[in-house]
Amino acid sequence: MKMKACLKPLLIAGSIGWLSFSWASIDTYPFQTDEQRQRFRQLTDELRCPKCQNQNIADSNAPIAKDLREEIYRQLLAGESNQAIVDFMVARYGDFVLYRPTFSKKTWLLWLGPFILLMVGGGIFYRLIRKRSSSDASLSSVALTKDEQQQIAAIIHQHEESKS
Amino acid sequence: MARFKLFIPLLLFIALAGFLYQGIYDQDDSLTSALLNKPFPDFSLSSVQSVEQSFTKKDLLGEVALVNVWATWCPSCQVEHPYLLKLAKQGVKIIGINYKDNRTAAQQWLTKLKNPYAFNVFDEKGRLGLDLGVYGAPETYLIDRAGVIRYKHVGVVDDQVWLNKIKPKYNALMTESSGQEQQNSG
Repeated sequence: MKMKACLKPLLIAGSIGWLSFSWASIDTYPFQTDEQRQRFRQLTDELRCPKCQNQNIADSNAPIAKDLREEIYRQLLAGESNQAIVDFMVARYGDFVLYRPTFSKKTWLLWLGPFILLMVGGGIFYRLIRKRSSSDASLSSVALTKDEQQQIAAIIHQHEESKS
Repeated sequence: MARFKLFIPLLLFIALAGFLYQGIYDQDDSLTSALLNKPFPDFSLSSVQSVEQSFTKKDLLGEVALVNVWATWCPSCQVEHPYLLKLAKQGVKIIGINYKDNRTAAQQWLTKLKNPYAFNVFDEKGRLGLDLGVYGAPETYLIDRAGVIRYKHVGVVDDQVWLNKIKPKYNALMTESSGQEQQNSG
């Protein structure tokens, strides 16, 4: 019962927060088709506001973000493809506006870096494992000679006698 | 050899730290590079002073110049203004883009604070600004005689910015183009 009581305001607050997030800016533009609305949402979500830097165009209140929303809207209605609109933005604001940068001479490390690190880490891990198992194997393969076995037995025997 | 292996993590750390450090302080380059060495975008806009007079890209060509994006709503532009006057007095050609502003307010600004600009275009909708990749004011572009953008500075131009960042490039362009002139005439 107590659980429910505190969940309710949380749920309400959460849904208000969610609703007020990136939807407000979308609904001011009338679209002819749902497909256009979908694409508008996708584009404004994926493009980064050049002024505010860690917000996308959909969420930002900066004047430049508003201009860019209008420009995207205009180009969408004019029948431009998503790629053409993204290219338009990149030509003006650089790769910076892409949250998902294209693969190029400048960004290859960004894209491949994690995989390279993973491979390096994997390689080191593999070598460590192999080293350990091979040293285990070499240990077990060393058999004691008869002499040595007798010596050990003698030592154990002495030890037990001294205890009792 | 085994000793050396112990230092590999340290070396990796230094390399990564250097990489990230550079990423932090290299930021303005990533934003300013998009239009570098590309031709200034085409435009046809009216003058701030008069609705009837209009300017196009052709009016930019022929001289090394600064193109300054400004607006009366921009406080940093007011800070920058005296320095632009100083540069204009030294003979630097400055062209103004009045960005998303009110024409009357812009005219009053120019009368009151004096006018360092060779001419000013009125970019009411910010259309030229959008083509230039402007994301705030003030911004200053250095263009060569062919109208190619050679440098962009975001923020106020002051002594430090001018002397360290813009002037060397400006001087290089000036000698480059005067050299061409001599070749052409000779």
